[in-house]
Amino acid sequence: MNEFDQMYREVILDHYKNPRGHGVMEHADAEAEGQNPLCGDEVSIYVAFGEDGETIDEVKFSGRGCAISQAATSMLTEMVQGRTATEVATLDKDELLAEIGIPLTPVRLKCAMLGLTTLKIALHKAKGTPLPDGLDDLELL
Amino acid sequence: MAVTARQKLDARALRADFPIFEQLIHGKPLAYLDSANSSQKPRQVLDTMTTFYETSYANVHRAVHVLGERATAGLEGAREKVRALLNAPDVREIIFVRNATEALNLVAYSWGGNNLGPGDAVVVTELEHHSNFVPWQYIAKRNGAEFRMLPIDENGDVDPAGLDEIARECNVKVVATNLVSNSLGTIADIAPLVRWAHEHGAIYVCDAAQAAPHMRVDVQALDCDFLAISGHKMCGPSGIGALWGRGDLLRSMEPFLLGGHMISSVRFEKTTWGELPHKFEAGTSPIAEAVGLGAAVDYLEAAGLDAIEAYEHELAAYALGRLSEVPGITLYGPPAERRAGVVSFNLDDVHPHDVAQILDRQGVAIRAGHHCCQPLMHKLGVAATNRASFYLYTLPEEIDQLVDGLYTVRKVFA
Repeated sequence: MNEFDQMYREVILDHYKNPRGHGVMEHADAEAEGQNPLCGDEVSIYVAFGEDGETIDEVKFSGRGCAISQAATSMLTEMVQGRTATEVATLDKDELLAEIGIPLTPVRLKCAMLGLTTLKIALHKAKGTPLPDGLDDLELL
Repeated sequence: MAVTARQKLDARALRADFPIFEQLIHGKPLAYLDSANSSQKPRQVLDTMTTFYETSYANVHRAVHVLGERATAGLEGAREKVRALLNAPDVREIIFVRNATEALNLVAYSWGGNNLGPGDAVVVTELEHHSNFVPWQYIAKRNGAEFRMLPIDENGDVDPAGLDEIARECNVKVVATNLVSNSLGTIADIAPLVRWAHEHGAIYVCDAAQAAPHMRVDVQALDCDFLAISGHKMCGPSGIGALWGRGDLLRSMEPFLLGGHMISSVRFEKTTWGELPHKFEAGTSPIAEAVGLGAAVDYLEAAGLDAIEAYEHELAAYALGRLSEVPGITLYGPPAERRAGVVSFNLDDVHPHDVAQILDRQGVAIRAGHHCCQPLMHKLGVAATNRASFYLYTLPEEIDQLVDGLYTVRKVFA
């Protein structure tokens, strides 16, 4: 089972089975829905800001997806807490990839990035922060 | 060539024709269970294309030199092979296109775009591949026509009576459905749909992309008006497919793509269109690809389409039996005798991407996703399924390798 331990590290399976920040947020300050057209997975991201209206107080997510996308989004909710919208808008994907910590093929990379991309879209809609690379002409949902 | 009616398929012998299997994947033998997505290619097709490029390549239809003659003979010879495969009445009704998607777009734009209007309707089914769904949805909307969908039952069958209901509200002009479902494997009984369409003055458009590789498809027996196939799913190269259409319809239609080769004469004031099939083949064709498709047709005819179909029923029955032993599995679609070599399933609540990834490490290639059938996935209440699909080179031990792999998936996600 060693090769599968590498691919699905314990921490990935833990986040997948016990996702942090899973659920729907009523009256979110920012929210967006994202889809992975390769597999039809959907995720909704909700953000609550702190009193300064800029620092992320809480992120929640709902939807369905594979272990990689669910675990990555779960890790993301912890990673961005306490950061500002501006900081998160330019958050380098490598920071999240380092946290995931397993090699990903190009197709699986899209799974891993679904949550982060959707979060950046939510922040763009609420705060006008820059969109992620390559999404400048995206039809916003 | 003469083919006996009781020809039996020898998958083990055929498999030796496919160089792709002469390798290990992640150190394991390759179990390629993704042929409905795209099939592998036999040496006969690869060699034919290489020889064509090495000895006979030039542009077609306009060169006076000998290579131009050879290339034209190659392309037109392939057209005749496709005609014979589909039992089309006239070789000029075979239009070479990139794939079934392009064939269906051609019909949607050139026929639908000029014949649909307010009050008219295009009817598809819930089981369509996006290629026979999205073009009609788009053209119907653009022309102010209705776009309707017949629901399916759990076997993937439609109730033709649904057409009567739609006809009470609008004038059905197109009924467009698949012959074999790429996601459930259902072999559709299209005869009632074709009959209904013709009794009501509508055309019937058949997506045969998943049928033509696996069974005998006869456009005259089906009595359809248009039929689309993709070469890459039937042992041919990618980039070549064919549309068959009834001659009178094709002649009445405007061209789809415009430019070189498809003209009769070009003046500043007016351009007139070429004869069939050239009217619909603007620009330089995928020549070597067409020649490769011709070789693929020869290969399938030698194996025997009826033998391929019978063998795939056996594989489907074996796969359904073996897979149903796996705890936590959900199988979708009809019984084995009603399906081509396609089995869609889900395992517990493990996402298909994760299933496919773990299977890949064990040398098993399947498709995981929505299979370009999001309306169907919505109906099944899932985002995606796993799909194992078979072909004439598939061996039962590949299905065993799949089943073993699924037990490993369960261990990882226990």
